[in-house]
Amino acid sequence: MSDAIAFVRARPEPLDPPPTFSRGALAWARSNLFSSLGSSLTTFVFVALAAWLLPPLFRWATVNAVWSAPDGVLCRQNQDGACWAFVAAKLDYLRFGSYPVAERWRVDVVEASGAGLIAWLIWPSAPKRAWGALLFFVVYPIAAFFLLRGSPTVGLPVVDTLLWGGIFVSLLTALVGIVFSLPLGVLLALGRRSELPAVRLASVLFIEFVRGVPFITVLFMANTMLPLFLPEAWTPDRFLRPLVGIALFSAAYMAEEVRGGLQLLNRGQYEGAMALGLNYPRMMALVILPQALTMVIPGIVNNFVGLFMDTTLVSIVGITDFLEAMNNAFKDPVWSGPTIMATGYVFAGMFYFVFCYGMARYSATVERTLARGRKR
Amino acid sequence: MRASASTETLEAAVEFVAVHKWYGAFHALRNINLTVRRGERIVVCGPSGSGKSTLIRCVNRLEEHHRGSIVVDGVELTPDVKRIDEVRREVGMVFQSFNLFPHLTVLENCTLAPIWVRRMPKREAEDLAMKLLARVKIPEQAGKYPGQLSGGQQQRVAIARALCMNPKIMLFDEPTSALDPEMVKEVLDTMTALAQDGMTMIVVTHEMGFARQIADRVVFMDNGEIVEINAPDPFFDHPQHERTKLFLRQILR
Repeated sequence: MSDAIAFVRARPEPLDPPPTFSRGALAWARSNLFSSLGSSLTTFVFVALAAWLLPPLFRWATVNAVWSAPDGVLCRQNQDGACWAFVAAKLDYLRFGSYPVAERWRVDVVEASGAGLIAWLIWPSAPKRAWGALLFFVVYPIAAFFLLRGSPTVGLPVVDTLLWGGIFVSLLTALVGIVFSLPLGVLLALGRRSELPAVRLASVLFIEFVRGVPFITVLFMANTMLPLFLPEAWTPDRFLRPLVGIALFSAAYMAEEVRGGLQLLNRGQYEGAMALGLNYPRMMALVILPQALTMVIPGIVNNFVGLFMDTTLVSIVGITDFLEAMNNAFKDPVWSGPTIMATGYVFAGMFYFVFCYGMARYSATVERTLARGRKR
Repeated sequence: MRASASTETLEAAVEFVAVHKWYGAFHALRNINLTVRRGERIVVCGPSGSGKSTLIRCVNRLEEHHRGSIVVDGVELTPDVKRIDEVRREVGMVFQSFNLFPHLTVLENCTLAPIWVRRMPKREAEDLAMKLLARVKIPEQAGKYPGQLSGGQQQRVAIARALCMNPKIMLFDEPTSALDPEMVKEVLDTMTALAQDGMTMIVVTHEMGFARQIADRVVFMDNGEIVEINAPDPFFDHPQHERTKLFLRQILR
């Protein structure tokens, strides 16, 4: 029997359930935190660092902080805590800049409806998202323009953009940049891969030129050169200029991101689409771009996050964005004090962090959802 | 320019006249003359690099030819994009690597072209797609994504997808070469059924048993030229040209 080389199964091997792999917290800690001497040391060092740094920071931001005060006196006396009272006192200015107090409800309406529409659009299982998109991309911009700027024909007094400022300007700049840079970037990326030499050359020149200069340069150019190129009657508004600048700047980076996605796609996808008789626009819109764009979601969101940060630079051409409004608020002698600046900048940092981290989390969710549906 | 509507040309589904093609300096197709009649099944075989894939990819202009003329279903292929689209609407193609769209479900893969190219209402396109998925025997997979299917199933979806455009001619470019051996049969069976229904087919394949079974004529290519054309039985039993004999000896062992 022992030297038999032939084998025929008599009865099937039983299918057993897997053994239990779940372990307690202690076992998890041992294998992840203290698996070796080096790992134990690393764990120890990081725990010690956290214990050393976090409690003072926490105390500074909460128990030691001044939460409400009529002016800066209390904050000047208490120097080991944040002065949240300053942020509370300046909150209206930080949100609206010099927008007339009586008209600020208009900004509130634009912000609230914008937030609602964005929530509708990014919530994957929301009903009738096509309507949401129509409202957001067509109706909303027009309504927002008339609400924010005002127009005698609709009975709202005109508020010059000179008075706009604060958080709503930052959000508006980022939103306009994001909404315009992606489609522009897609067009530029397609242009760069076009078979028409003129289109390709124009796209390459634009992309490489914009990527070759700092954003501040683009802002200065948008500010001083746009009026030179256009007839005097069309001189763009001083707030519109940096908006154009940021959209164009971001589009160049977006184009390279999208081009990367296009290059990841197999030639077979193009051939499959062409063989079915799809023409170029349909092939791109239905087959190529949906795949190319989802593959580069992390890069696109990275660009959005960068764009959000870059909105702080518009202050250089005289736009009062949130950070500039914060700097202006520091100049108030009533609220001068050693803890004011730290508090203000921590608050500004939290503001930018919340938005950028939110975008990053959302993109991670989208990536996971798409990966689940399409991979085996 | 439309070919003249003589009875002879209307009989022809695809007509190659003195077709040449180059890849750079490499002469990939050399003076190809071949007429495929309506309802005819042509199997193209030959060693790798012989130009057989290039040949059938010229039929729907995934490759362009540089000299000579190719007339497909009465339409001559020129750089004119409108005419190329016209030909592609009538010519279905199945690839070695399936080329299904991974971001769409099986059903969406099938309805995409009927909806966007034929302007068919969505409902109608879905009914048609389900009918054709049933014909390739995988209607139960309609809601899945291509990545969730086996290779053989994916290739059958690719066949159904091409059939949804109701093509007059079907091109198969080594449809079983990328499949695991146990899945080759299900795809060949689907193609055999299609052949029995009278579809005009040009098939590039190494499956010689299949060729013998369904082909009206077998075309043997080597070095970018057609070496021998014959009905399958004489082709396999009494090859004439030395290169054909050598090739058959090598693949049939």
